[in-house]
Amino acid sequence: MAENRIQDEGQDPSWVTNLKRHDEESPQKVYAVVAEYDTPGELLEASRRVRDAGYSKWDTLTPFPVHGIDEAMGIKPTILPWIVLCMGLAGGTLGLGLQYFTNTVFYPYLISGKPMFSLPANIPVTYELTILFAAFTAFFSVLGLSMLPEFFHPLFRLKRMERYTNDRFAVVIQGNDPIFERERASALLKETGGNDIETIFAPEKTAPIPAPVVGVSVIIGAILLLPPAFVARARFSKSEKPRIHIIQDMDMQQKFKAQFPSELLQELYGDPRASLQPVPGTLARQDFVEDDVWLDGKLPSGDYSAAFPEGFVIDEGMLERGQQRYAISCMPCHGLAGDGQGLVANRALFLADAIASGRANTGMAWAPPANLADARIQVQPIGEIFHTISYGLNNMMGYATQVNREDRWAIAAYVRVLQKSQGATLADVPAEVRAEVEQELVEARAAAEIVAAAAAAEQAARDAAEAEAAAAEQAAPETESND
Amino acid sequence: MSTTKTLHVEGLDNSTDDPSGRAPLILKHDYKSVTDAVCGVVENPKIHPAWALGFLVALGGLGMLFALIVHLIATGVGVWGNNVPVAWGWPIVNFVFWVGIGHAGTLISAVLFLFRQNWRTSINRFAEAMTIFAVVCAGTFPGIHVGRIWLAYWLFPVPNQMLMWPQFRSPLLWDVFAVGTYASVSLVFWYMGMIPDLATLRDRARHPLRRLAYGVLSMGWRGSSRHWHRYERAYILLAALATPLVLSVHTVVSFDFAVSQVPGWHTTIFPPYFVAGAIFSGFAMVVTLAVPARAFYGMKEIITVRHLENMNKVILATGSMVGYAYAMEFFIAWYGGNRYEQFAFVNRAMGPYWWAYWTMVSCNVLSPQIFWFKKARTSIPIMMVVAIFVNIGMWFERFVITVTSLSRDYLPSSWAYFRPTPVDIGMLIGSFGLFFTLFFLFLRFLPMIAISEVKLVMPEPEPGTTAKRETTPLETAPASSN
Repeated sequence: MAENRIQDEGQDPSWVTNLKRHDEESPQKVYAVVAEYDTPGELLEASRRVRDAGYSKWDTLTPFPVHGIDEAMGIKPTILPWIVLCMGLAGGTLGLGLQYFTNTVFYPYLISGKPMFSLPANIPVTYELTILFAAFTAFFSVLGLSMLPEFFHPLFRLKRMERYTNDRFAVVIQGNDPIFERERASALLKETGGNDIETIFAPEKTAPIPAPVVGVSVIIGAILLLPPAFVARARFSKSEKPRIHIIQDMDMQQKFKAQFPSELLQELYGDPRASLQPVPGTLARQDFVEDDVWLDGKLPSGDYSAAFPEGFVIDEGMLERGQQRYAISCMPCHGLAGDGQGLVANRALFLADAIASGRANTGMAWAPPANLADARIQVQPIGEIFHTISYGLNNMMGYATQVNREDRWAIAAYVRVLQKSQGATLADVPAEVRAEVEQELVEARAAAEIVAAAAAAEQAARDAAEAEAAAAEQAAPETESND
Repeated sequence: MSTTKTLHVEGLDNSTDDPSGRAPLILKHDYKSVTDAVCGVVENPKIHPAWALGFLVALGGLGMLFALIVHLIATGVGVWGNNVPVAWGWPIVNFVFWVGIGHAGTLISAVLFLFRQNWRTSINRFAEAMTIFAVVCAGTFPGIHVGRIWLAYWLFPVPNQMLMWPQFRSPLLWDVFAVGTYASVSLVFWYMGMIPDLATLRDRARHPLRRLAYGVLSMGWRGSSRHWHRYERAYILLAALATPLVLSVHTVVSFDFAVSQVPGWHTTIFPPYFVAGAIFSGFAMVVTLAVPARAFYGMKEIITVRHLENMNKVILATGSMVGYAYAMEFFIAWYGGNRYEQFAFVNRAMGPYWWAYWTMVSCNVLSPQIFWFKKARTSIPIMMVVAIFVNIGMWFERFVITVTSLSRDYLPSSWAYFRPTPVDIGMLIGSFGLFFTLFFLFLRFLPMIAISEVKLVMPEPEPGTTAKRETTPLETAPASSN
């Protein structure tokens, strides 16, 4: 509390004492006449009087902004808001320009096909920089326009300053006012009810800046110049060394690298290779074989299995599945009947014919797909057929990755069906359905005859019509020339 | 000065609303006694044992925070509980929590200033200081969250050897600008408001070192009316600039979440909801700090019951807004018909973090409802309990938003339950150490109440009623010749 405070608890630093001594010992001039007022109301009244007396270089000191003092003193509105406005606009422009140039010119970012520069995404930074610039300008404009900081001022010689930042008010009429006369100013202040009217003196010349301050400033300034100097040197010179990279943790990681022996692993396992070898007897998942026939159609001896894998049940459903899968994966080349006459094969043969007859000149090498009913394939064990489906042969690729194993066995079974159906006779049909099949055959033949007869009749009609048209054309040739 | 009729108030209760006049904001004080009361705290040569104890505890927390940061930088971010899918764990929760707290200061200084809410003058310095310190705590977490802290300069658009620039379409980068601007503008606002009071301290100082320190800080302020004119103009401009700023900061923080695709984050309600939550938590923190400080430093006549009651009203209003936002999130999840959004919210309330969700709802929505009653609004114990509940609840809100959404984000095979490590817990406690260290230093060395602004809302003394004049004039500097 105020009562606890001790008067002047210590000595000023020597350079402050020196400055003060200079101030006190150099020739003095009148700085101002000061009067004290107890309340804001008295101050306002006094201010109006001083303003009306024609003074221009004068001021009032108040512990807080007194309402109405601007009008009472005749202070003109400050230009500060305009400075703030300009700098705010400058900040916004800078923010927008910064984003535009860095993200579209210096280092274009293409993200998800979005435009390089889109205003909505660039609003937040623009907004913040506008505020940042405006706010700092407001602060520094107060200081700049008020000529602050000003650590030495004649008014600080006034011991009463303590009251003017606490609970009292003062009017200061400065000595450099054109109409200033010490006695007149004092009398005016006295008239307005001012108390403790004092005259403050100021040295005519301000003290030189103390040598230590100059020295330290020069040294700091020189040190501050070093980084830009290094940058400038680096900018305009060439070096073969890589760039300085202080923390190299990304480049020098403590990890095992391929093709580099590791002492630690040598020590631990007697093997310096970073890729550790599996424990003896370990099998990778794909190396684990429980049933050779099921996996690739081969017996443990390496020969193809002549029988389907154990437990693989062949029934109508399975064959239908095989037929359906065959239609998806095999039919395009091998044909619906397995005779090697698929659409792809036919197209390829058409192109091959075209090349042979000189109608096309694109080179092509085409191994026609096999007729699955070929004697060569008829005698293959079922395991070989499965193996071919799985791993492919000649131009045919393996289907192991596209068709699952069970379906591949089903296709193999269906291939056997196709083989049987090619060149099959009525004798191959089971006795109980033979009559039905015969009946179907008879109906099919009858239907084919009807179709053939109809086609023949249609052809005859068309021929007759053409002949008639030709005759008509010969009869009236001038009709055509008139066109 | 205000010529409005001011009611006389018995005792310290100025919370009554008599329509025939204005209740006084400052009780039993004149200009000089306000200066003495506020400056006396700073000038008192004796260090109070309670202050020393509090400061040492806070300093211990700060030491722990620094030690843990060194540990983190030396080891890597694996010392935290953050892991896929919860890659944003406590560090981001703490960041959002502290940034939110940092909103009350500027709101009180700027928004209430623009609305001519004169009661702000007693608490604005205090709240602004709290803002700066909370933003310091907040800024620490993203700084260390980058892991390779020596590369943190990549956040800023500085020319570098890689010829690369930041990606300006990322909300995380907007955050750098928003929080950076907020921190620096708040600092300027706080400092500028303090210059006249620092000048008061300078003029009262008796020790040369003190005079030098406050002299440099006050920049030679003399209380000149010509300076005051520009100062007031700049202050209102700063308030007008800080108002949109304070609203934008937590909006941008909420963009960090809302612009992402994570269910539970990707909602348009986030910006207003975050801003309301920030004001809510900030006011709760101001009450938490102001109540003990006014009792301890004898400021009950300056920070009156009326001030506290007003703050509690703001807490009630913003707490209800936050409760509305919680309900609206659920409504939109249902109404929007997005199954993933619906899952995120059901999971929030009923999933593995149900305890965090219901802690948040009880602390943030239910506890402030007691402030509908005037007795509760003006009761010191009740307001302390509610304010602390709100602080806890608002931390949990950020936890709920960050962790529940991430822990069950997209692929169920990647879901995981987040658990903090002791380092996480230590850093949260340590951040309070940082905050309170700065706060205790502020109480000891800077004027905790805006002296010049408080005088502005005090009734003008009648001529002749001021303190008795000194009979002998104070000694003036010797005038030699002329």
